[in-house]
Amino acid sequence: MAGGIATALGAKSIRGNQRINNATTESPWVRRLIIGTGLFYFTIFLLLPLGAVFVEAFRKGVDAYLAALVEPDAMSAIKLTLITALVSVPLNLVFGVSAAWAITKFNFPGKRFLITLIDLPFSVSPVIAGLIFVLVFGAQGWFGSWFLDNDIKIIFAVPGILLATIFVTFPFVARELIPLMEAQGKEEEEAAIVLGARGWQVFRYVTLPNILWGVIYGVVLCNARAMGEFGAVSVVSGHIRGETNSLPLHVEILYNEYNFAAAFAVASLLAVLALLTLLIKTYVEWKAAQVNAQHKED
Amino acid sequence: MTRPLVKQSVIPGFGVTLGFTLAYLGLIVLIPLSAVVWKTTDLSFAQFWAVISEPRVVASLKLSFGASLIAASVNGFFGLILAWALVRYEFPGKKIVDTLVDLPFALPTAVAGIALTAIYAKNGWIGQYLEPLGLKIAFTPTGIMIALIFIGLPFVVRTVQPVLEDLDKEIEEAAASLGANRAQAVFKVVLPIILPALLTGFALAFARAVGEYGSVIFIAGNLPMVSEIAPLMIITKLEQYDYSGATSIAVVMLFLSFILLLIVNSLQAWTAKRTGREI
Repeated sequence: MAGGIATALGAKSIRGNQRINNATTESPWVRRLIIGTGLFYFTIFLLLPLGAVFVEAFRKGVDAYLAALVEPDAMSAIKLTLITALVSVPLNLVFGVSAAWAITKFNFPGKRFLITLIDLPFSVSPVIAGLIFVLVFGAQGWFGSWFLDNDIKIIFAVPGILLATIFVTFPFVARELIPLMEAQGKEEEEAAIVLGARGWQVFRYVTLPNILWGVIYGVVLCNARAMGEFGAVSVVSGHIRGETNSLPLHVEILYNEYNFAAAFAVASLLAVLALLTLLIKTYVEWKAAQVNAQHKED
Repeated sequence: MTRPLVKQSVIPGFGVTLGFTLAYLGLIVLIPLSAVVWKTTDLSFAQFWAVISEPRVVASLKLSFGASLIAASVNGFFGLILAWALVRYEFPGKKIVDTLVDLPFALPTAVAGIALTAIYAKNGWIGQYLEPLGLKIAFTPTGIMIALIFIGLPFVVRTVQPVLEDLDKEIEEAAASLGANRAQAVFKVVLPIILPALLTGFALAFARAVGEYGSVIFIAGNLPMVSEIAPLMIITKLEQYDYSGATSIAVVMLFLSFILLLIVNSLQAWTAKRTGREI
């Protein structure tokens, strides 16, 4: 008897669900059309170029592939790219944390405007990012003659590449941390202070554990851009082989010399870096969602 | 009695962190950017206008803005469809697609540029089938558009996706129970809610495309008056040591990007208002 009622109710609710489902989703063929169109767009414009990098890289075989990577100019390009990332990422990390601290833990006038200024490098064309450093440090620039007299080279040398890279990667960590720390508020830090913690202790033991995943996220994205920047670096580098040639610029030189297999071999290194970046990014997002869910349970 | 500018707080470090933030911002971003403005004051308006009205420069600005507009529109249309598929439906490989959507953010632009050229050149993967049909893509403005579609692909998907995820199903149920058919519910109820996010993504993709250089120059062919983009014109002027010419074009582009930035900001405020979520 009871079972009969339950079945009847169950049957009814299933029917009810079905009706609602039909009203709030599309018919199967529309659904297939939308998925198909989305995947077609994704495949043509995104998957195909990614695949092309690897296929073209191995076109002349594994030996040619490896030879293109260990060749001295490629090695020095790898070295310069690593140096660039090692300098620009930590600087922008320190900046990002300190900017987020000032903006989210205190109230002061002009905060919104400051955030807009921090985002500014994202809306400047990479070519213009390079141009501004040529205007400041180039031979005809603001400080050009002073640097020339003292025999210091900034433009067409490594310092110029570092400056341009720092500029284009400037907002990454800050813009990741500001909304995160805004959402977390400042009660925990205030409690730590009241309980007697010193400034640095508060950051190390209270703030840092809360924002660690956000920091990693920002650093990974910042690093990808630092290693891959082309336009800005191209303007200030002067393209001196073995000296001011980063990996993306090396790809361009090889390509313009019709050395396609080698160009794609070097490009495939950068593509692997990009895929690793996406993998870490996805892992961090997953981890952050877990931490969030745990917080809600607590 | 004057009110203190900054409210008292027990948390330490305000002076140090704000001081460092402002100093670093000034040194890396503001002072170098002001160099552009300073350099233009070297020019009279007549000189500035002479550079900007050069036919080759006008053609490059038109091409950059025109191709970016088309590319952003393509991304707006297909990006919405892809975002819809990712949020509302299940299909095999969905996780991978969702992860890879951000590839254009992570892949160096030069790599994208040579890969797209390999695909669309006349002996390339797709190019070899289009060439006999009389369709040329690489080394034409169409090729530029394809590169700009690639680099702008994530913007619309990533701005629409979270809004669509947060959208309360009850709104659609209400529409259905009030007698709307599915098309009416989608076009008259759901689309207006996600419209600000869609426009934000469109504007972001457009702004990114206008300044793009690396992925475009390989596929563009860079023919004067035909397939030269504005950033390339800046580089051409620089290579001729024409710093004032390069700066003049940069000022025009900076001005237009600044307007775009204002539009994006107000669109984001609109999104926040309409959906009640912070961006």
